[in-house]
Amino acid sequence: MTTTDIKENNKASITEIDNLSKNIKIEARNIDVFYSEFKALKDINMNIYENSVTAFIGPSGCGKSTFLRCLNRMNDYIDGFKMKGEILIDNKKIYWKNVVVEELRKQVGMVFQKPNPFPKSIFDNVAYGIRIQGVKDKKFIEERVELSLKQVALWDEVKDNLKKGALALSGGQQQRLCIARTLAVEPSVILMDEPTSALDPISTAKIEELLFELKKQYTIVIVTNNMKQTARIIDMTTFYYMGELIEYDSTKNIFTKPKQEKTQNYITGRFG
Amino acid sequence: MNKTREYIIERLLFLCAAITVFTTISIILVLLVEAVGFFQEVSIIDFLTDKEWTPLFADKHFGILPLVCGTLLTTFIAISVALPIGLTIAIYLSEYAPKSFRKIFKPLLEVLAAVPTVVYGFFALLVVSPFLQKFFPEMSGFNSLSAGIVMGIMIIPFISSLSEDALYAVPKSLREAAYGMGSTRFQTAFKVTVPAASSGIVVSIILALSRAIGETMIVAIAAGQQPRLTLDPTVPIETITAYIVQVSMGDVPHGSLEYKTIFAAGITLFVFTFILNNISFYIKKKYQEKYD
Amino acid sequence: MTNATKNRLIDKTFLMFGILATLFGIVILCIFIGNIFADGISRLSFDFLESLPSRKPEKAGILTAWTGTLWILGLTTLVAFPLGVGAGIYLEEYAKKGWLSNILEINIANLAGVPSIIYGLLGLEIFVRVMGLGGSLLAGSFTLSLLILPIIIVSTREAIKAVPKSIKEAAFALGATKWQAIWSQILPASMGGILTGVILSISRAIGETAPLIVVGALAYVPFVAKSPMDEFTVLPIQIFNWVSRPQHGFIVNAAAAILILLSITFVMNGIAVYLRNRWQKKVKW
Repeated sequence: MTTTDIKENNKASITEIDNLSKNIKIEARNIDVFYSEFKALKDINMNIYENSVTAFIGPSGCGKSTFLRCLNRMNDYIDGFKMKGEILIDNKKIYWKNVVVEELRKQVGMVFQKPNPFPKSIFDNVAYGIRIQGVKDKKFIEERVELSLKQVALWDEVKDNLKKGALALSGGQQQRLCIARTLAVEPSVILMDEPTSALDPISTAKIEELLFELKKQYTIVIVTNNMKQTARIIDMTTFYYMGELIEYDSTKNIFTKPKQEKTQNYITGRFG
Repeated sequence: MNKTREYIIERLLFLCAAITVFTTISIILVLLVEAVGFFQEVSIIDFLTDKEWTPLFADKHFGILPLVCGTLLTTFIAISVALPIGLTIAIYLSEYAPKSFRKIFKPLLEVLAAVPTVVYGFFALLVVSPFLQKFFPEMSGFNSLSAGIVMGIMIIPFISSLSEDALYAVPKSLREAAYGMGSTRFQTAFKVTVPAASSGIVVSIILALSRAIGETMIVAIAAGQQPRLTLDPTVPIETITAYIVQVSMGDVPHGSLEYKTIFAAGITLFVFTFILNNISFYIKKKYQEKYD
Repeated sequence: MTNATKNRLIDKTFLMFGILATLFGIVILCIFIGNIFADGISRLSFDFLESLPSRKPEKAGILTAWTGTLWILGLTTLVAFPLGVGAGIYLEEYAKKGWLSNILEINIANLAGVPSIIYGLLGLEIFVRVMGLGGSLLAGSFTLSLLILPIIIVSTREAIKAVPKSIKEAAFALGATKWQAIWSQILPASMGGILTGVILSISRAIGETAPLIVVGALAYVPFVAKSPMDEFTVLPIQIFNWVSRPQHGFIVNAAAAILILLSITFVMNGIAVYLRNRWQKKVKW
């Protein structure tokens, strides 16, 4: 099957999702990514919709994380990284030369695979993103920290220990703290790179619940390998294989009636 | 605004790093310029072949050989002390010693390298020389033997610590394979671990050599100030470094031939250590590639 | 004797040698220090610390020497700390892999192996003569700063390398600029390691004699230095001067001065080790 066919398929399938906002938040056009000579992504085209949860799945090395990190330009510091094509967020080209990368990242937050709190207090972790913008107003910072911690349902657990080191928290708490830290900057998009893969099942469930709440306000893009558990909260799913976008459809369709053989094989566990 | 600040900071940090390059260039330039001045007055052939070094006397000779000989003699004595002891320590600590023992004694040994060298000079002249004179009564108070031995003690940690690092980095599976075939720890150490870590050990020895060649205060205090083309460890000699100190202690006017001699001596010393450092750097790079 | 018992005997013998060799260096060090203690302890007094140098050993003191050492300590830290840490940050965080960073790296490895007396020759020509600083504290501190720069750079790089990349990424993802990420996250997290390296290198600078002699520090300075442009002496040079004298009184003085110098060295090394351990315990990623 040719690439154009795949594109046609994708367009067709998206119309099947009724309950989703049709506002395009992120638009990727003809994305090619190279690491030196290696071509990591081949001609990726896709739209990501506002206030949805969109998942990237695929075997490791398929390019899903690479694409995710293109969306907030985290790849900029990697030696030999080169990208062709355009990515638009809210109709603005994010790779345009006058874009201030730091401003972009305030708008597009990121949560990582392993919880990575700063070796500082819980409070300082959440306040960091606000402070580096030059905000000095103590009361404002305190309110924002409280709000963010409440959003991730961590406030009740830590409100008496805000001065405590963040590294003393459990893994699940750390990850929720990292999400709170991201929310405190007030992004509109949140990228998540396998956020639950390092966590136990109970912590994972808590984070999934959280995602369900967050998607009301944010556009969430998540790289995951834990499809069966998260199927209930993920609206759209994209399958990548060997640097190519193979199939993009509603999660339900991907799981119940994938159009591509490769997708089918992956979902049923025939390779991966 | 943010961008300009970031740019200025990066430039400033780059300047900090660039200072190291300026330092190297300056060292080479300074040594070369003064040494060229020296060689305009003294033939380079005399410098390399004359067997006497007497620039401060009325009958001036400018043969560097006695100073080189003194330097190599003390270095040889030092390494003869440091190599067997340092290597034994390294093997013992990495292959035999309990972890807790290693954790205490490795930093403790490194204290040996932290003691100021002028203190070692004191030991060599006032403790070791009198002690050795009990066995060799005809030995001079200033001699290369006691200076060399004390210098050897000083550089033990260079060999023991760096070699131990190299031995410790050898994968455990290699040792277990040897134990599995019934080797003793001694056999495992010398047939498996030491060969596997050999490049790291060689690097440590070269660094120790380079350190010994450039060491100044011990020899300036305890080895004497008499340039002499001899291998006799019981008589006073002079090393390149000690000569530079000797001249610097006096009042030598800039531009005089005596002033230039210390740079001619300096560039000789620099060439020795430069070669050794680059060999060790080269081995280290090659070895890193192999294991990473 | 069977082969196996022979092998085990060799093994046991080497074990003994290993213990002996390890203890050898430490025992020798203890003997040396004990010797110096016996020689010098009687001379240690406030009088000794407060007296100017003198031709009579019983009247001579180390006032100018220890104040000179303090001056050198302060000035060298002031110069070498920002330069060394700055260079370390540049090499670890900014320098792109390529010929330039290769040259810088080889160069620093080389500088670390240049004998200290060569730095003295460099200082003599550049700082003392070309810059016209004379045999001043400033010329001496500049020279020692260059000498310890490679050590600070290498330990700064090691310390920064030990900070997980994820911390930097987290800061970037929150919109931090490169410098904000370095200043607010990477440096605080690596400060323990950096300070350890800085303190160790400064302690080495304080013990240096040869480069300062070449630069023109004097053995006999009859006044306490008041500004960085003053002439100076330091403890190691005072010790060197006294060791070379024949009178026993000066040897006793040298031993007493060594006790002071060694205390400074050991205290600094102790602080460095303490910092390193504390930092390792505190931060577990």
